Amino acid sequence: MLIDVHAHFLTERSARVDWSRVNRCRLDAGERIGITGHVASILGSWGARSPTYFPSPDDVSAANESLLALMHEHAGRVYGYCVVNPNFATHALDEINRRLDQGMIGIKLAASRRADDALLDPIAARAADRGVPILHHVWQHRRRDWPGQEASDAGELAVLALRHPDTDFIMAHLGGGGDWSYSLRVVAPISNIWIDLSGSGIDMGMLEQAIDAAGPERLLWGTDLTMDTGWAKLRYLESLDLTPDEMDGVRFRNALSVFPRGALA
Amino acid sequence: MITDVATFIGGYAFRHLDARSPEWLVAQMDRLGIDQAWVGHLPSILYRDPTPGTAALARALEPFRNRLCPVPTVNPDAPRWEDDLNFASLIDAPAVRVYPTWQGVESTSAVMRELVAAAAAIEMPLLFTVRLEDARQRHPRDVAPQLPAAAIRFGVRQHPDVRILVSNADRAFIEEVHFGLTPVEAARVLWDIGWVWGPPEDHLRTLIETVGLERFVFGTGMPLRIPDGAVAKLDLLDLVPEERELITAGNLRSWRRG
Repeated sequence: MLIDVHAHFLTERSARVDWSRVNRCRLDAGERIGITGHVASILGSWGARSPTYFPSPDDVSAANESLLALMHEHAGRVYGYCVVNPNFATHALDEINRRLDQGMIGIKLAASRRADDALLDPIAARAADRGVPILHHVWQHRRRDWPGQEASDAGELAVLALRHPDTDFIMAHLGGGGDWSYSLRVVAPISNIWIDLSGSGIDMGMLEQAIDAAGPERLLWGTDLTMDTGWAKLRYLESLDLTPDEMDGVRFRNALSVFPRGALA
Repeated sequence: MITDVATFIGGYAFRHLDARSPEWLVAQMDRLGIDQAWVGHLPSILYRDPTPGTAALARALEPFRNRLCPVPTVNPDAPRWEDDLNFASLIDAPAVRVYPTWQGVESTSAVMRELVAAAAAIEMPLLFTVRLEDARQRHPRDVAPQLPAAAIRFGVRQHPDVRILVSNADRAFIEEVHFGLTPVEAARVLWDIGWVWGPPEDHLRTLIETVGLERFVFGTGMPLRIPDGAVAKLDLLDLVPEERELITAGNLRSWRRG
C-alpha cells in the first residue's frame, strides 16, 4: 500500500488543452510507482478564470465538483481534499460541509490567506469537528512575499496549529522549494503538524533531518507536481535505517491515522 | 553500463553535507548500479584560484580511479588558467567544470571565448551547471545568478569543435538552447537529466521526442541531491534497454568520440 497525500488533477476549466493527458499520466505513473491512493485537490481553475492561489468561489466549487467526479470514476484510488478560499468565509464553511458529506476526506488550504489569520479559525475548528486533516501549502522559510500567492511560513502554520490542538495539519511539500531545514526546526515540537515529503526538491540531508526532527511517525509520503522526485525520496528512504514498520508508516500507515478511519480503503 | 556525469565531493558553502567523501559516492553508486562517475570538487566553485582544489580532488580520487574520474574546475578569471586546463588533460579528466556566474565572469566575454577555444584545441569538453540548488531555497548571501541559456549558445558558437555538457537544466532552458542552435551546433551539446521533470508534466519524455534521445545523459547531482532521482526518471520512461543504455552511457561515448 502506498498513499500519495499530495496529488493534483486538472480539469477542462484549467485552460490547458492537455489537461486530460496530464491526469492520465498521473494515474499511469502512479501504477508504475505502486501508488494505491492519490489524495488530491484541484486549485480552482488553475489560473484560467481566477488566480490559482486566490480562486473565486465559483472556481472553488467547480474544482471540487470535478474532483468528486474523478473520485467516482476512480473509486478506491482517487480521494479528495476540499479546496476553499478562506476570504469567502461562509462559502468556505458551506463547501467544506457539502464536500465532506459527499465523500471528501480532508481540507486543502493553499495561499489565499496567511495561516495565522483569524479567518482560518472557523475552518480549523470545522476540521476538528469533522475529524479531517488540513493540508496547508507552506513556503519553507518565506523571506518575502512572492507574487501570486499569500504563502504561509511554517511559523505561521505553527501558530494556527497551537491555537487548534485538536486539528491535524499537514505541512505541505517539504521539498517544494525554500529552506526545509528552517521549517523542520519550527514544526518539530508541534505534534499536530505532520510533514508531507512531496515537492520537486530532493536535497541530500532533507529526509535524514526530517526523521531526526519529527520521527518517521509524523512523515507522510507524497508527490505534488513531480512524481519522479516523490519516487526518488521513497527509494532513498528505503536505503536508510528505518525499520520495515517505520517504512510502512511513511508509505501508508501514518496517512491512515491522519485521515478519517476507513476513509482510505 | 551507467556513467553519472554530475557528482561532487567536498563541502558546500551554504548547507552542511554529511555525505561528501569518495567512499560515500562509491557506496551510493554500488547501491544504484552506477559504474562510473565524473566528480567535481564542490568547494572549488567559489575558490578564486581552483588549482589547490583540483589537486585535492585528484588526491582524493586516486584510490578510486577505476570508478571516479576527476573533473577539475577552471576559473577563466584566474591568471594562467591555461595551466589548470593542461593539468586536467594530464590527469585524463573527461571534462572541466566552469561556473561563470559563480566565478563572476561574464558568460559571453572575451575570456570565455578564449577558454572555449583552448578547450576545443585540446579536445577537452566543458561542463556547465545551470543551478546547484532550487532558487527558492538559496542562502541570502548565495546571490550568483543562474547560468543564462545565452551562455551555452554563445559557447557552442565560438568554436566548431567545442563540446559542452550542461547539468541541472530544466525543460525551458534546454529548449531555448537547442532550438537556438543549428542542428550541427546542437549535436555538440549534451544535457543531463537531473533537473528535468518527470510525470505528470512529463517534460523529459517530451524533450526526448522533440530534442532527441541522443542528447541526454545520466546525472544525479549527488551529494547535493538524492541520487535516486535520476534513476526514477528513467524508470518512469519505460524505455527499451537499448534506449536506456544510450542515456546511461552510449550517448556520452558517441559525444566524446566527436
